[in-house]
Amino acid sequence: MQINFESEKPIFAQLADWLSDSIISGAIKEGEQIPSTTEMSVQLKINPATALKGVNMLVDKGIIYKKRGLGMFVSEGAVEKLKKERQSDFFEQYIQKMLDEAQKLGLTKKNIVEMIERG
Amino acid sequence: MRGIELKNLTKYYKDTAALNDVSLTIEYGKIYGLLGRNGAGKSTMVNLISNRIFATSGEIFIDGEPSVENDSALRKVFTMSEHNLLPMSKKFKQAVKLTKEFYPDFDEQYALGLAAKFELDINKKLVGLSTGYSSISKLILALASGADYVFFDEPVLGLDANHRELFYKELIERYTETGSTYIISTHLIDECASIIERAIIIDKGRLIVSDDTESIMAGSYTVTGAAELVDRYTAGKHVIGSSVVGGIKSAYVKGKPENVPQGLEISKASLQSLFIQMTNDQYIGG
Repeated sequence: MQINFESEKPIFAQLADWLSDSIISGAIKEGEQIPSTTEMSVQLKINPATALKGVNMLVDKGIIYKKRGLGMFVSEGAVEKLKKERQSDFFEQYIQKMLDEAQKLGLTKKNIVEMIERG
Repeated sequence: MRGIELKNLTKYYKDTAALNDVSLTIEYGKIYGLLGRNGAGKSTMVNLISNRIFATSGEIFIDGEPSVENDSALRKVFTMSEHNLLPMSKKFKQAVKLTKEFYPDFDEQYALGLAAKFELDINKKLVGLSTGYSSISKLILALASGADYVFFDEPVLGLDANHRELFYKELIERYTETGSTYIISTHLIDECASIIERAIIIDKGRLIVSDDTESIMAGSYTVTGAAELVDRYTAGKHVIGSSVVGGIKSAYVKGKPENVPQGLEISKASLQSLFIQMTNDQYIGG
């Protein structure tokens, strides 16, 4: 994973996104352990408090849970939960941006539909 | 309270204030960036904290105790320039032993392990080390010191890219193990921006800001686009600084972006670019 330091998105949120992606794609499976915050902060060269904040975002949502003394694990049902959340973000994150760009380029609704069908 | 507290700290050299009425707190257990241009007063501040020089006025408290001539308080502080007190004719492994005499929590095994990772020849005399390895020997002693407050002064000076990476990684690891306070004084801000949790920015002896890195960055943004559009958008806003290339202007603005017109792009201002704007002569503070 690469942190984009230029991004509008805070580093801890980028880390949470990356973990979510890994869980959705199955790279880290439900029930499996995620890397420790120390490991992640060393690898990504970020402050451990920042890494912890990113992880805690997912803990608060019930995607990840902590086992005292053992580490952090992916909850059962995490994939489903994440997918639902992503689906509701889909409009704002992708469709809205696409429509803005299309307007800038003078693309019509018909053009866009054609492209979607091609894709 | 645990932490280092500076109260109205002022240091004059003849008529020049190297440090001018600086008050701030360094909280225990965080990684700090002490940022300032050359001659801003970074070293003066560190030398005052380590009692190497005396303040003209103001006070320093280490974990609540006044620091002046207070050995037990000063033993909690390690500065990278400590190294300059070691006889240069000593070998690195002797320097390790000497440092341990002053800092009882010094971790010898860890220091030697780090030396191996950096491929530092521990049988070489300090005087014979290259610029890079001289920096490395200093930062190993600092990392291993076991002190509660460790000050690094331009730690990556003369280090190649691999050694820089290694240093930052070892620093993070050591920090999570010890929970101590690490203060990196540097002007290479981009390199360490993601590691430091809090930033202290000083300029011409005065404190500009001491805050969470995240809050500093969240408090401002960059807007880029055609100069005319940018000017229209920023009218009435708090512009910290700007730069123009061709007809394209980038302005650094305080606050949150709002109602951004088409044709303008908003991006995060890096700590480095904010720092440059805050410490140039046209800076409009507030």
